[in-house]
Amino acid sequence: MNKYFLKIKNNQAVPVPSIPVYDYEVFYSYCYGLLQNKKRYHCVNYFGYRIESDITLIMVIADDGEQCLYVAASRIPNNTRLKSFAGSLSAMEKFEREIHEQFGIEFTDHPWLKPVRHSSSSLNSYVFFSSDSEELHEVGVGPIHAGIIEPGHFRFICNGEQILSLEIQLGYQHRGIESLMVNKNNILQRTLLAENIAGDTTVGHTTAFANLWESLEGYNTPYDLHFCRTLAQEIERIAMHTADLSALCADVAYQLGNAVFGRLRTPIINFFQEWSGNRFAKGLIRPGKVLYPFSDTLAQRLLKVLDDFETDFVEMGEQLFSLPSALSRFEKTGTLDSNTALRCGFVGMVARTCNLSRDIRHSHPYNLYGKTLSHEPIMLNSGDVFARAFLRYKEVIQSIEYLRILVNYLPNKFTKQSSLSGMASKNTLVVSLVEGWRGEICHCAITDHQGKVIVYKIKDPSFHNWKALELAVRNNEISDFPICNKSFNLSYCGHDL
Amino acid sequence: MIKSLKILKHQGKQYIPDVVNANVPGIFRGRPIITSAKVDEQALCETCPTKAILPAPVRIDLGRCVFCGECAAQFPEKIQFTRDFKIASNRRESLIIAEGEDHPVNFDDKAVRKEIRQLFKHSLKLRQVSAGGDNSAELELNAANNVNFDMSRFGIEFVASPRHADGIVITGPISQNMSEALQLCYEATPEPKIIILAGVDAISGGIFEDSPAIDRSFIEHYSIDLYVPGNPPHPLTFINGLLKLLGRK
Repeated sequence: MNKYFLKIKNNQAVPVPSIPVYDYEVFYSYCYGLLQNKKRYHCVNYFGYRIESDITLIMVIADDGEQCLYVAASRIPNNTRLKSFAGSLSAMEKFEREIHEQFGIEFTDHPWLKPVRHSSSSLNSYVFFSSDSEELHEVGVGPIHAGIIEPGHFRFICNGEQILSLEIQLGYQHRGIESLMVNKNNILQRTLLAENIAGDTTVGHTTAFANLWESLEGYNTPYDLHFCRTLAQEIERIAMHTADLSALCADVAYQLGNAVFGRLRTPIINFFQEWSGNRFAKGLIRPGKVLYPFSDTLAQRLLKVLDDFETDFVEMGEQLFSLPSALSRFEKTGTLDSNTALRCGFVGMVARTCNLSRDIRHSHPYNLYGKTLSHEPIMLNSGDVFARAFLRYKEVIQSIEYLRILVNYLPNKFTKQSSLSGMASKNTLVVSLVEGWRGEICHCAITDHQGKVIVYKIKDPSFHNWKALELAVRNNEISDFPICNKSFNLSYCGHDL
Repeated sequence: MIKSLKILKHQGKQYIPDVVNANVPGIFRGRPIITSAKVDEQALCETCPTKAILPAPVRIDLGRCVFCGECAAQFPEKIQFTRDFKIASNRRESLIIAEGEDHPVNFDDKAVRKEIRQLFKHSLKLRQVSAGGDNSAELELNAANNVNFDMSRFGIEFVASPRHADGIVITGPISQNMSEALQLCYEATPEPKIIILAGVDAISGGIFEDSPAIDRSFIEHYSIDLYVPGNPPHPLTFINGLLKLLGRK
């Protein structure tokens, strides 16, 4: 089946005409042929773009065994009705909803073509899934939530205290990033957009963009840029995992853990500030250059920060994960099984806590992964809040080790001035995958015959994993919702774009 | 129990005793200084991705600046960012820094509404509304209340309901899809109330300024009590801005 696809690598630039184009029925059967082997293949992006009145659909399927990506396309006229992948492959449901929302294509056997991001008029008139039973009640939360977090609406149907169904309504954060990516024609402006896709994943998304853009210009990325991006990604992972452990402690009213993990994040993000002048590393990742070289002094400083951090982090972690009152809240709460994770196409941390190996650092290595760092994903199998907390703890320890390895390979020179022109290659496609701290980030760009970007497609891991939260809370008590939600800590803005 | 006490002891004191005179580590990009060096002004202005640099004389509008540092990297003789994090102001025009200026960002005490200092000086409760915010400003506002920055020592806290709040803090460029919720939240807050804009996106729209998916009419309808620049604003910028507004420092 693979031979019917264009085979590419992560970040490889390929001419658009080399992508095989099929009639939709043939396209469907080829893609379906691969995707039904769910363990090995999963769809990393499926999107459409309009040329005149026709719509081109592009499917990118990752082969985790061969470390490559398969691409195929289909061209369909406007207002067509198509057979849906989601009818038999649940993992495809949101891609098709998005295509339906953007181009009005009807998918005949799609279970629910619910809007993904909404226009403001459709958001206010949306009718939630509901039940006629007099025994059940509904609880609506949001879009503005109790804490300082982003907006989204959660609609529960409960039997007493027990959650039967949760429907999550997103779109409130939509800022139109994908179209701004196409319309802004300056590299720095595009980089800033990438930095703002999700500010908690500044490094992840900006790395995906920078890697992609350099390929799009046919630029041979020098070692120092790979180095800085790899280093920054692992620092970001430590910072956000630690913040999440703090928040998880807060949600089970364990104040010591909340305070200690909360303050432990500070030296890590302050290190970003020492390096790049910003606690979220905004300004650090730039295509073709790095304004803030990672000096030997910074390397020594990082090692010191990590040593101090690790002692306190491990002490606090050992206490948390042996504390019966915390464990009783974490264990067997918000459980997902590995079949569900596989069927629904969950990625990143959520997949890895369900014994499903999904980690781009391992399966489609980029930057220094697979070279200086040979990454083995950490896997857990209980799929509950405990697993999602404990995985964070273990991944922090792993990232500390990676940083200690990386500082032995300091670049001897840094590219402070970019030689990029801002002109992308003509008629080119690039797919860029990055393993952010939440999971798989995918950016795709396509240029036209003048080298102008005509599609820029962004996928945050939250695109898939919001579904995981909906499923995980079923049959749990509604009072456990906050801790379930926090254990996923998904991105609203990364989803809404 | 003994383990917990040990952890407490190992943590020691983590709070910043003096949030006004504290130093931020590293190469923080705070209030910029524009020298009188002669550069190609047009090229300088074009470097800025959000049109925050204005020509003749050269000025930087901190309400539009995303603090990316590109201008300072390309024109180091002309623009330098200092570590002065006290850059919040109650007047929009005070956020514009002109060539040759090197003094703290102005704060106009006379323009502060009387009731703000009368009623909120020692107790201010705020409701935060993220309206297209990218979660970095939100994380920094959360951090303002962690054990390091400990904003609640000043009686300033975030609350869950607008009905318990004395004002709202807006982050994000205000997406169309959040405009109605923002309006409802503001209306649910009892009078007298304040509005704070935290971060470049909230103040000017930032990099999203010309996106058709945002709707900034809310900002045009109401007067703003405090502008807190930054991308995202540093917790110390936020806390010091509030202390100024309340007339406490």
